[in-house]
Amino acid sequence: MNMELSRRSFLKTSGAGIAGTSLGAFGFGEAEAAVASFIKPFHLANTTEARNTCTYCSVACGIIIYSKGDLRKGEKADIVHIEGDADHPTNRGTLCPKGAALRDIVKSETRLTQPMLRKAGSDTFEPVSWDAALDKIARMMKDDRDANFVATNKDGVTVNRWLTTGFLAASATTNETAFATYKVVRSTGILAFDNQARV
Amino acid sequence: MFPPIPNPSVSPDAAKPRFGEKDIMRRSASEVTPPAQRLTEVAKLIDVSKCIGCKACQAACLEWNNLTEEIGFNHGVYENPMDLTPNTFTLMRFTEWENPETENLEWLIRKDGCMHCEDPGCLKACPAPGAIVQYSNGIVDFQHENCIGCGYCIKGCPFNIPRISKVDHTAYKCTLCSDRVAVGQGPACQKACPTQAIVFGTKQEMKDWADFRIKDLKSRGFENAGLYDPQGVGGTHVMYVLHHADQPSIYANLPDNPRISPIVDAWKGVTKYVGLAAMGFAAAAGFLHYVVAGPNRVTAEDEENAEKLTEGKGPAKGPPSAPPPAPPSGPAGHEGRAT
Repeated sequence: MNMELSRRSFLKTSGAGIAGTSLGAFGFGEAEAAVASFIKPFHLANTTEARNTCTYCSVACGIIIYSKGDLRKGEKADIVHIEGDADHPTNRGTLCPKGAALRDIVKSETRLTQPMLRKAGSDTFEPVSWDAALDKIARMMKDDRDANFVATNKDGVTVNRWLTTGFLAASATTNETAFATYKVVRSTGILAFDNQARV
Repeated sequence: MFPPIPNPSVSPDAAKPRFGEKDIMRRSASEVTPPAQRLTEVAKLIDVSKCIGCKACQAACLEWNNLTEEIGFNHGVYENPMDLTPNTFTLMRFTEWENPETENLEWLIRKDGCMHCEDPGCLKACPAPGAIVQYSNGIVDFQHENCIGCGYCIKGCPFNIPRISKVDHTAYKCTLCSDRVAVGQGPACQKACPTQAIVFGTKQEMKDWADFRIKDLKSRGFENAGLYDPQGVGGTHVMYVLHHADQPSIYANLPDNPRISPIVDAWKGVTKYVGLAAMGFAAAAGFLHYVVAGPNRVTAEDEENAEKLTEGKGPAKGPPSAPPPAPPSGPAGHEGRAT
């Protein structure tokens, strides 16, 4: 900035400045007027709660999912927070670091939200419908089992093994689901059977 | 186990904060009238002996405060990130310590973060009015719209906790989840902790719970087990149960005897008053001199000499090379006549 400033007016201005700030420092005038302060509003107010089970391991901790946006009014609901359920007997509200960061898996860009198929010879996955995926899995399992099922061992003892296919089940299930899964998988003769909690 | 705090309510009535502006006990760089009645002091108790270092508290803290940490690098140690950041309000610090008495390797894990001192060094050092406030329940909270990002709070903090954000250039640290505490909840880290190494309640409840824990630890052979509630900063509202309370510094340099830096104390105490006194004295002396001696007048002789100087006819002092400036526009001559 280029302005005409004589020595005298420079001294006058700075003198006034010093006088003003000194008065402020001495507490005259509202130089240090109080400024409003506040506590962040509690952001779970007016959200919708949904009880659920953590997706990760077989401990199956209870969680509460808080979402904003009322579906009944035609709004789009969005998950804003997930935390442990203090009423749940397994975890009493606590969570492990993975569980504590559950919202990030919900929002993750790499999260799998639909069945994907990589066709033979292709290098990319493409989305397919659930029906197509289940049909394909059933067809391939049937073909594989027909070809490789071991009914008896070399001594002629009945063993009913199916060693060429494995099954990986979810861990965050109820006892009833787990029971049914176990019965279905074992009844086919599959031996390689585990759940994702050990992965 | 310590009884868990019930789930938060989502009803708007329950979300009304139970403390606020009227409960402010101290405010940075300003005078406040402390509230007539203090709220019950709250405290978070971190039992280092129960901590498994899972970092659920760290994850829960980021989640609750809607923060994300940059993807970092593996430095070959368990700390992640390597230090507190403007987003990481709390950090697990891991120390491998060989106990000289038993020759056992002990893995000491401490949850680092703001201690919410009764006598907060950050607040004392802060020059921005209202950027740091202390509520009468003991929570020390930063008000970002008043923060000027000078970083004095870091110098003032005996525990080296606040960090300046490179995004908005203001200081950040743990708020003790003031928004949750205001609706009767505990902080997010406390709720997530799977081993109840973190518990939250009134300060007295926490002291009693710590006594129970210390008794238990002593019965297990930790003779020096004790509570870390340093009196050098008037006590804290985040306390540790340490199995070696006689030497807190082995826990990733937890200060043995934390106190506000004497430089901060002097700068904000004695120096301030001495400075104010000097200013007041200078003003008074100036006024007195004006009354007694009057203003400084320019004599006719001085004026004449000045005229000679500006015309370049001054004895030996005139600029030899520069052409003589035009008399009316010369700065000295102009100023001399104008007033």
